[in-house]
Amino acid sequence: MTRVHDMGGRFGDGPVIPESENGPVFSEEWHGRALAVTVASDFLGQWNIDIKRHARECLLPKDYSRFSYYEKWIAGLTNLLIEKGVLTPDDLRGSGDSAKHPLAIRALKAEDVAAALSKGGPADRPTSIAAQFVAGQQVRTVRPAANRLVDGGHTRLPLYASGATGKVVRLHGTHVLPDSNAHGLGEAPEPLYAVVFAASELWPNPEHPGDEVVLDLWQSYLEPA
Amino acid sequence: MTQAAAMPHDDPDHPHALLPPEPALRVKALETILTRKGLIDPAALDEIIDTYQNKIGPQNGARVVAKAWIDPDFKAALLKDATLVVADLGYYGRQGEHMVVVENTPQQHNMVVCTLCSCYPWPLLGIPPGWYKSDAYRARAVREPRKVLAEFGVTLPSETSVRVWDSTAEIRYLILPMRPVGTDGMNEEELAALVTRDSMIGTGLPTVPA
Repeated sequence: MTRVHDMGGRFGDGPVIPESENGPVFSEEWHGRALAVTVASDFLGQWNIDIKRHARECLLPKDYSRFSYYEKWIAGLTNLLIEKGVLTPDDLRGSGDSAKHPLAIRALKAEDVAAALSKGGPADRPTSIAAQFVAGQQVRTVRPAANRLVDGGHTRLPLYASGATGKVVRLHGTHVLPDSNAHGLGEAPEPLYAVVFAASELWPNPEHPGDEVVLDLWQSYLEPA
Repeated sequence: MTQAAAMPHDDPDHPHALLPPEPALRVKALETILTRKGLIDPAALDEIIDTYQNKIGPQNGARVVAKAWIDPDFKAALLKDATLVVADLGYYGRQGEHMVVVENTPQQHNMVVCTLCSCYPWPLLGIPPGWYKSDAYRARAVREPRKVLAEFGVTLPSETSVRVWDSTAEIRYLILPMRPVGTDGMNEEELAALVTRDSMIGTGLPTVPA
Protein backbone atom coordinates (compact mmCIF):
# COMPACT_ATOMS: atom_id res chain seq x y z
CA MET A 1 0.00 0.00 0.00
CA THR A 2 2.90 2.32 0.65
CA ARG A 3 6.45 2.34 -0.70
CA VAL A 4 9.97 1.30 0.18
CA HIS A 5 10.62 4.34 2.40
CA ASP A 6 7.92 3.27 4.88
CA MET A 7 10.18 1.14 7.11
CA GLY A 8 9.01 1.85 10.66
CA GLY A 9 8.99 -1.40 12.66
CA ARG A 10 10.81 -3.44 10.00
CA PHE A 11 13.06 -6.29 11.12
CA GLY A 12 16.49 -7.14 9.78
CA ASP A 13 18.38 -3.84 9.58
CA GLY A 14 21.02 -4.63 12.18
CA PRO A 15 22.44 -2.32 14.83
CA VAL A 16 22.42 1.47 14.86
CA ILE A 17 25.98 2.77 14.70
CA PRO A 18 26.36 5.90 16.86
CA GLU A 19 28.76 8.61 15.68
CA SER A 20 30.96 11.09 17.49
CA GLU A 21 29.34 14.37 18.49
CA ASN A 22 32.35 16.14 17.00
CA GLY A 23 32.48 14.39 13.65
CA PRO A 24 32.25 16.36 10.40
CA VAL A 25 28.81 17.59 9.35
CA PHE A 26 29.49 16.19 5.87
CA SER A 27 31.64 13.07 5.97
CA GLU A 28 32.41 13.40 2.25
CA GLU A 29 32.86 16.67 0.39
CA TRP A 30 30.21 15.69 -2.16
CA HIS A 31 27.59 15.27 0.60
CA GLY A 32 27.66 19.01 1.21
CA ARG A 33 27.48 19.71 -2.53
CA ALA A 34 24.51 17.32 -2.86
CA LEU A 35 22.65 19.04 -0.05
CA ALA A 36 23.43 22.49 -1.42
CA VAL A 37 22.43 21.65 -5.03
CA THR A 38 19.15 20.24 -3.71
CA VAL A 39 18.40 23.21 -1.46
CA ALA A 40 19.33 25.75 -4.16
CA SER A 41 17.17 23.97 -6.78
CA ASP A 42 14.11 24.38 -4.54
CA PHE A 43 14.25 28.11 -5.24
CA LEU A 44 13.48 27.52 -8.93
CA GLY A 45 9.93 27.15 -7.61
CA GLN A 46 8.99 24.06 -9.63
CA TRP A 47 7.94 21.83 -6.70
CA ASN A 48 7.08 21.80 -3.02
CA ILE A 49 8.44 19.71 -0.14
CA ASP A 50 5.78 17.01 -0.57
CA ILE A 51 6.52 16.59 -4.28
CA LYS A 52 10.22 16.38 -3.42
CA ARG A 53 9.68 13.70 -0.76
CA HIS A 54 7.49 11.72 -3.13
CA ALA A 55 10.18 11.84 -5.83
CA ARG A 56 12.63 10.13 -3.43
CA GLU A 57 10.02 7.58 -2.40
CA CYS A 58 9.40 6.73 -6.06
CA LEU A 59 12.96 5.55 -6.62
CA LEU A 60 13.04 1.86 -7.45
CA PRO A 61 13.05 -0.08 -4.16
CA LYS A 62 16.36 -1.68 -5.11
CA ASP A 63 17.87 1.78 -5.75
CA TYR A 64 16.37 3.26 -2.57
CA SER A 65 17.91 0.42 -0.55
CA ARG A 66 21.39 0.48 -2.07
CA PHE A 67 21.78 4.27 -2.37
CA SER A 68 23.39 6.20 0.45
CA TYR A 69 21.43 9.11 1.85
CA TYR A 70 22.63 11.88 -0.45
CA GLU A 71 22.56 9.58 -3.48
CA LYS A 72 18.81 9.34 -2.89
CA TRP A 73 18.61 13.12 -2.79
CA ILE A 74 20.49 13.52 -6.07
CA ALA A 75 18.52 10.77 -7.83
CA GLY A 76 15.23 12.24 -6.61
CA LEU A 77 16.26 15.74 -7.66
CA THR A 78 17.43 14.60 -11.10
CA ASN A 79 14.17 12.77 -11.74
CA LEU A 80 12.21 15.86 -10.67
CA LEU A 81 14.21 18.18 -12.92
CA ILE A 82 13.26 15.96 -15.86
CA GLU A 83 9.67 15.40 -14.78
CA LYS A 84 9.08 19.15 -14.40
CA GLY A 85 10.76 19.87 -17.74
CA VAL A 86 13.55 21.96 -16.23
CA LEU A 87 16.16 19.69 -17.84
CA THR A 88 15.98 17.22 -20.71
CA PRO A 89 17.50 13.74 -20.92
CA ASP A 90 19.97 15.19 -23.43
CA ASP A 91 21.10 17.67 -20.78
CA LEU A 92 21.89 14.75 -18.47
CA ARG A 93 23.71 12.94 -21.28
CA GLY A 94 25.88 16.03 -21.69
CA SER A 95 24.53 16.82 -25.15
CA GLY A 96 22.04 19.55 -24.21
CA ASP A 97 22.46 23.21 -24.99
CA SER A 98 24.24 25.67 -22.71
CA ALA A 99 21.96 28.64 -23.32
CA LYS A 100 20.71 30.53 -20.31
CA HIS A 101 17.58 28.82 -18.97
CA PRO A 102 14.30 30.81 -18.74
CA LEU A 103 14.20 29.93 -15.01
CA ALA A 104 17.72 31.30 -14.45
CA ILE A 105 16.13 34.53 -13.26
CA ARG A 106 15.00 32.63 -10.14
CA ALA A 107 18.40 31.13 -9.28
CA LEU A 108 19.34 31.63 -5.64
CA LYS A 109 22.19 34.12 -5.31
CA ALA A 110 24.94 33.83 -2.69
CA GLU A 111 23.96 37.09 -1.05
CA ASP A 112 20.36 35.88 -0.63
CA VAL A 113 21.18 32.50 0.98
CA ALA A 114 21.09 33.59 4.63
CA ALA A 115 17.75 35.32 4.24
CA ALA A 116 16.27 32.49 2.20
CA LEU A 117 17.26 29.79 4.71
CA SER A 118 16.06 31.75 7.72
CA LYS A 119 12.76 32.58 6.03
CA GLY A 120 11.78 28.89 5.95
CA GLY A 121 8.48 27.67 4.56
CA PRO A 122 5.77 27.26 7.16
CA ALA A 123 3.14 24.58 6.45
CA ASP A 124 0.25 25.96 8.51
CA ARG A 125 -2.64 27.46 6.55
CA PRO A 126 -6.11 28.68 7.45
CA THR A 127 -8.98 26.35 6.58
CA SER A 128 -12.72 26.21 6.97
CA ILE A 129 -12.48 22.57 8.11
CA ALA A 130 -13.32 22.48 11.82
CA ALA A 131 -11.30 20.34 14.22
CA GLN A 132 -13.28 17.16 14.79
CA PHE A 133 -11.25 15.89 17.75
CA VAL A 134 -10.02 17.27 21.06
CA ALA A 135 -7.06 16.38 23.27
CA GLY A 136 -7.75 13.23 25.26
CA GLN A 137 -10.18 11.81 22.69
CA GLN A 138 -9.80 8.24 21.37
CA VAL A 139 -9.25 7.99 17.62
CA ARG A 140 -8.48 5.22 15.15
CA THR A 141 -6.25 5.58 12.10
CA VAL A 142 -7.66 4.57 8.74
CA ARG A 143 -6.68 1.25 7.24
CA PRO A 144 -4.91 0.56 4.95
CA ALA A 145 -2.21 3.25 5.01
CA ALA A 146 -2.62 4.69 1.53
CA ASN A 147 -3.19 7.89 -0.39
CA ARG A 148 -6.93 8.11 -1.02
CA LEU A 149 -6.68 10.72 -3.79
CA VAL A 150 -3.99 9.17 -6.00
CA ASP A 151 -3.35 5.45 -6.28
CA GLY A 152 0.22 4.79 -5.17
CA GLY A 153 0.51 8.42 -4.14
CA HIS A 154 2.30 10.09 -1.26
CA THR A 155 0.97 9.76 2.27
CA ARG A 156 2.40 10.36 5.74
CA LEU A 157 0.49 7.63 7.55
CA PRO A 158 3.06 4.86 8.08
CA LEU A 159 1.96 1.26 7.57
CA TYR A 160 2.85 0.29 11.14
CA ALA A 161 0.33 2.78 12.56
CA SER A 162 -2.66 2.07 10.29
CA GLY A 163 -5.84 0.72 11.84
CA ALA A 164 -4.53 1.53 15.32
CA THR A 165 -6.40 3.14 18.21
CA GLY A 166 -4.74 5.98 20.09
CA LYS A 167 -5.46 9.18 21.94
CA VAL A 168 -5.14 12.78 20.78
CA VAL A 169 -2.31 14.56 22.62
CA ARG A 170 -2.66 17.97 21.02
CA LEU A 171 -3.96 19.87 18.03
CA HIS A 172 -1.05 21.42 16.11
CA GLY A 173 -3.25 23.76 14.08
CA THR A 174 -4.22 23.33 10.45
CA HIS A 175 -1.55 22.20 7.99
CA VAL A 176 -1.09 21.50 4.28
CA LEU A 177 -2.16 17.92 3.46
CA PRO A 178 0.79 16.09 1.83
CA ASP A 179 -1.49 13.53 0.13
CA SER A 180 -2.92 16.36 -1.97
CA ASN A 181 0.02 18.77 -2.16
CA ALA A 182 2.45 16.11 -3.43
CA HIS A 183 0.34 15.67 -6.56
CA GLY A 184 -0.47 19.24 -7.52
CA LEU A 185 -4.01 18.86 -6.21
CA GLY A 186 -3.82 21.89 -3.94
CA GLU A 187 -2.69 22.41 -0.36
CA ALA A 188 -6.03 21.21 1.09
CA PRO A 189 -5.13 22.24 4.68
CA GLU A 190 -6.82 20.41 7.52
CA PRO A 191 -6.40 19.94 11.29
CA LEU A 192 -3.20 18.14 12.31
CA TYR A 193 -2.90 16.28 15.62
CA ALA A 194 -0.26 14.55 17.70
CA VAL A 195 -1.75 11.14 18.53
CA VAL A 196 -0.24 8.76 21.09
CA PHE A 197 -0.42 4.96 20.73
CA ALA A 198 0.50 2.37 23.33
CA ALA A 199 3.40 0.28 22.03
CA SER A 200 1.20 -2.76 22.69
CA GLU A 201 -1.31 -1.41 20.14
CA LEU A 202 1.38 -1.41 17.44
CA TRP A 203 3.64 -4.39 18.21
CA PRO A 204 2.93 -7.94 19.37
CA ASN A 205 5.88 -7.91 21.79
CA PRO A 206 6.48 -4.39 23.11
CA GLU A 207 9.63 -3.89 25.17
CA HIS A 208 7.83 -2.33 28.14
CA PRO A 209 4.13 -2.01 29.10
CA GLY A 210 4.41 1.77 29.55
CA ASP A 211 6.07 2.60 26.23
CA GLU A 212 4.31 4.71 23.60
CA VAL A 213 4.72 6.11 20.10
CA VAL A 214 3.41 9.51 19.02
CA LEU A 215 2.69 10.38 15.38
CA ASP A 216 1.53 13.62 13.78
CA LEU A 217 -1.61 12.76 11.83
CA TRP A 218 -4.01 14.76 9.68
CA GLN A 219 -7.72 14.70 10.45
CA SER A 220 -8.53 12.68 7.31
CA TYR A 221 -6.20 9.92 8.57
CA LEU A 222 -8.41 9.54 11.67
CA GLU A 223 -11.87 8.41 12.65
CA PRO A 224 -13.59 8.43 16.05
CA ALA A 225 -12.94 5.29 18.09
CA MET B 1 -8.93 8.26 -9.08
CA THR B 2 -5.85 9.32 -11.00
CA GLN B 3 -2.83 7.11 -11.43
CA ALA B 4 0.61 8.05 -10.18
CA ALA B 5 2.14 5.37 -12.37
CA ALA B 6 2.82 7.66 -15.34
CA MET B 7 5.56 9.58 -13.56
CA PRO B 8 8.97 9.28 -15.23
CA HIS B 9 10.58 7.93 -12.06
CA ASP B 10 8.13 5.02 -12.22
CA ASP B 11 9.37 4.33 -15.73
CA PRO B 12 12.06 1.68 -16.16
CA ASP B 13 14.15 4.36 -17.84
CA HIS B 14 14.98 6.35 -14.70
CA PRO B 15 16.43 9.69 -15.74
CA HIS B 16 18.93 9.77 -12.86
CA ALA B 17 20.57 6.71 -14.40
CA LEU B 18 21.77 8.99 -17.24
CA LEU B 19 24.24 10.61 -14.83
CA PRO B 20 27.57 8.94 -14.01
CA PRO B 21 27.10 6.15 -11.44
CA GLU B 22 29.84 7.21 -9.03
CA PRO B 23 28.17 9.49 -6.41
CA ALA B 24 30.71 12.32 -6.28
CA LEU B 25 30.77 12.46 -10.09
CA ARG B 26 26.95 12.43 -10.25
CA VAL B 27 26.72 15.47 -8.04
CA LYS B 28 29.48 17.22 -9.92
CA ALA B 29 27.79 16.47 -13.27
CA LEU B 30 24.43 17.78 -12.11
CA GLU B 31 25.98 20.87 -10.56
CA THR B 32 27.84 21.57 -13.82
CA ILE B 33 24.73 21.21 -15.97
CA LEU B 34 22.64 23.45 -13.71
CA THR B 35 25.40 26.04 -13.41
CA ARG B 36 25.92 26.21 -17.18
CA LYS B 37 22.24 27.07 -17.65
CA GLY B 38 22.32 29.67 -14.89
CA LEU B 39 19.92 27.66 -12.69
CA ILE B 40 22.25 27.51 -9.71
CA ASP B 41 25.10 29.70 -8.57
CA PRO B 42 28.14 27.80 -7.22
CA ALA B 43 28.82 30.67 -4.82
CA ALA B 44 25.35 30.17 -3.34
CA LEU B 45 26.16 26.47 -2.85
CA ASP B 46 29.34 27.43 -0.97
CA GLU B 47 27.25 29.70 1.22
CA ILE B 48 24.69 26.96 1.98
CA ILE B 49 27.46 24.51 2.90
CA ASP B 50 29.18 27.10 5.09
CA THR B 51 25.89 27.82 6.88
CA TYR B 52 25.28 24.21 7.90
CA GLN B 53 28.96 23.37 8.46
CA ASN B 54 29.89 26.38 10.55
CA LYS B 55 26.95 28.52 11.62
CA ILE B 56 23.97 26.30 12.46
CA GLY B 57 24.39 23.24 14.67
CA PRO B 58 23.62 21.58 18.02
CA GLN B 59 25.17 24.53 19.89
CA ASN B 60 21.91 26.37 19.13
CA GLY B 61 19.75 23.71 20.75
CA ALA B 62 22.19 23.43 23.67
CA ARG B 63 21.75 27.11 24.42
CA VAL B 64 17.96 26.67 24.49
CA VAL B 65 18.24 23.68 26.86
CA ALA B 66 20.66 25.47 29.20
CA LYS B 67 18.35 28.48 29.37
CA ALA B 68 15.41 26.22 30.20
CA TRP B 69 17.42 24.59 33.00
CA ILE B 70 18.20 27.98 34.54
CA ASP B 71 15.01 29.95 34.00
CA PRO B 72 11.64 28.36 34.97
CA ASP B 73 9.65 31.06 33.16
CA PHE B 74 11.63 30.50 29.97
CA LYS B 75 11.09 26.76 30.31
CA ALA B 76 7.34 27.15 30.81
CA ALA B 77 7.10 29.40 27.75
CA LEU B 78 9.27 26.99 25.72
CA LEU B 79 7.07 24.00 26.52
CA LYS B 80 3.97 26.04 25.67
CA ASP B 81 5.09 27.59 22.35
CA ALA B 82 8.60 26.58 21.33
CA THR B 83 8.41 28.13 17.84
CA LEU B 84 7.85 31.59 19.27
CA VAL B 85 10.41 31.27 22.07
CA VAL B 86 13.29 29.93 19.97
CA ALA B 87 12.54 32.42 17.18
CA ASP B 88 13.10 35.15 19.78
CA LEU B 89 16.62 33.74 20.21
CA GLY B 90 17.12 33.92 16.43
CA TYR B 91 16.49 30.23 15.74
CA TYR B 92 13.96 29.96 12.97
CA GLY B 93 13.99 28.88 9.35
CA ARG B 94 14.10 25.94 7.02
CA GLN B 95 13.08 22.68 8.77
CA GLY B 96 12.28 24.50 12.00
CA GLU B 97 9.11 26.38 11.15
CA HIS B 98 6.96 24.51 13.68
CA MET B 99 8.84 23.56 16.83
CA VAL B 100 7.64 21.51 19.79
CA VAL B 101 9.86 20.85 22.82
CA VAL B 102 9.11 17.83 25.03
CA GLU B 103 10.54 17.35 28.50
CA ASN B 104 12.18 14.24 29.91
CA THR B 105 11.18 13.34 33.46
CA PRO B 106 12.00 10.44 35.80
CA GLN B 107 8.69 8.91 34.62
CA GLN B 108 9.07 9.49 30.87
CA HIS B 109 11.98 9.49 28.45
CA ASN B 110 11.34 10.93 24.98
CA MET B 111 13.13 10.25 21.72
CA VAL B 112 12.67 11.46 18.14
CA VAL B 113 12.75 9.62 14.82
CA CYS B 114 11.46 10.12 11.29
CA THR B 115 10.54 6.66 10.02
CA LEU B 116 9.43 7.94 6.59
CA CYS B 117 12.44 10.15 5.73
CA SER B 118 14.81 12.22 7.86
CA CYS B 119 12.86 15.14 9.39
CA TYR B 120 15.00 16.96 11.95
CA PRO B 121 15.03 20.47 13.54
CA TRP B 122 17.76 22.08 11.40
CA PRO B 123 17.83 25.57 13.00
CA LEU B 124 18.44 24.04 16.44
CA LEU B 125 20.50 20.92 15.65
CA GLY B 126 21.87 21.44 12.14
CA ILE B 127 22.10 18.57 9.65
CA PRO B 128 21.25 15.15 11.16
CA PRO B 129 24.05 12.64 11.83
CA GLY B 130 24.30 9.60 9.57
CA TRP B 131 22.77 7.19 12.07
CA TYR B 132 19.60 9.30 12.36
CA LYS B 133 19.05 8.84 8.60
CA SER B 134 19.98 5.14 8.60
CA ASP B 135 17.51 2.39 7.79
CA ALA B 136 18.35 0.71 11.12
CA TYR B 137 17.36 3.73 13.22
CA ARG B 138 14.27 4.55 11.14
CA ALA B 139 13.07 0.94 11.26
CA ARG B 140 13.84 0.13 14.88
CA ALA B 141 13.39 3.29 16.98
CA VAL B 142 9.60 2.92 17.06
CA ARG B 143 9.52 -0.84 17.74
CA GLU B 144 12.45 -1.37 20.09
CA PRO B 145 13.61 1.99 21.42
CA ARG B 146 15.26 0.44 24.48
CA LYS B 147 17.48 -1.83 22.40
CA VAL B 148 18.42 1.17 20.26
CA LEU B 149 19.16 3.20 23.40
CA ALA B 150 21.39 0.39 24.66
CA GLU B 151 23.40 0.70 21.44
CA PHE B 152 24.01 4.33 22.48
CA GLY B 153 25.02 3.16 25.95
CA VAL B 154 21.80 4.34 27.60
CA THR B 155 19.83 2.09 29.97
CA LEU B 156 16.66 3.45 31.52
CA PRO B 157 15.21 2.35 34.86
CA SER B 158 12.11 0.16 34.56
CA GLU B 159 9.94 2.87 36.13
CA THR B 160 10.71 5.16 33.18
CA SER B 161 8.46 4.74 30.14
CA VAL B 162 9.66 5.64 26.64
CA ARG B 163 7.68 7.86 24.32
CA VAL B 164 8.97 7.88 20.73
CA TRP B 165 7.95 10.82 18.52
CA ASP B 166 7.74 9.86 14.82
CA SER B 167 8.04 13.14 12.87
CA THR B 168 5.41 12.42 10.23
CA ALA B 169 4.43 16.07 9.57
CA GLU B 170 6.22 19.46 9.48
CA ILE B 171 6.38 19.64 13.29
CA ARG B 172 9.98 19.35 14.49
CA TYR B 173 10.71 18.00 17.95
CA LEU B 174 13.51 18.85 20.38
CA ILE B 175 13.97 16.92 23.61
CA LEU B 176 14.58 18.86 26.82
CA PRO B 177 16.78 16.43 28.79
CA MET B 178 16.86 16.36 32.59
CA ARG B 179 19.47 18.61 34.16
CA PRO B 180 22.31 16.48 35.53
CA VAL B 181 22.87 16.43 39.28
CA GLY B 182 25.88 18.33 40.57
CA THR B 183 25.36 21.32 38.26
CA ASP B 184 23.72 23.71 40.75
CA GLY B 185 26.22 26.53 40.58
CA MET B 186 26.79 26.43 36.83
CA ASN B 187 26.00 29.29 34.48
CA GLU B 188 24.31 29.04 31.09
CA GLU B 189 27.51 28.61 29.15
CA GLU B 190 28.84 25.86 31.42
CA LEU B 191 25.51 24.05 31.27
CA ALA B 192 25.27 24.35 27.48
CA ALA B 193 28.64 22.55 27.23
CA LEU B 194 27.04 19.51 28.92
CA VAL B 195 24.17 19.29 26.42
CA THR B 196 24.99 16.78 23.71
CA ARG B 197 23.33 16.57 20.31
CA ASP B 198 22.13 13.05 21.06
CA SER B 199 20.54 14.18 24.36
CA MET B 200 18.33 16.55 22.36
CA ILE B 201 17.29 13.73 19.99
CA GLY B 202 16.72 11.47 22.97
CA THR B 203 19.28 8.78 22.15
CA GLY B 204 21.72 10.13 24.71
CA LEU B 205 21.90 11.91 28.05
CA PRO B 206 23.71 15.13 28.92
CA THR B 207 27.32 14.85 30.04
CA VAL B 208 27.63 14.54 33.82
CA PRO B 209 30.29 16.90 35.13
CA ALA B 210 33.36 15.14 36.55
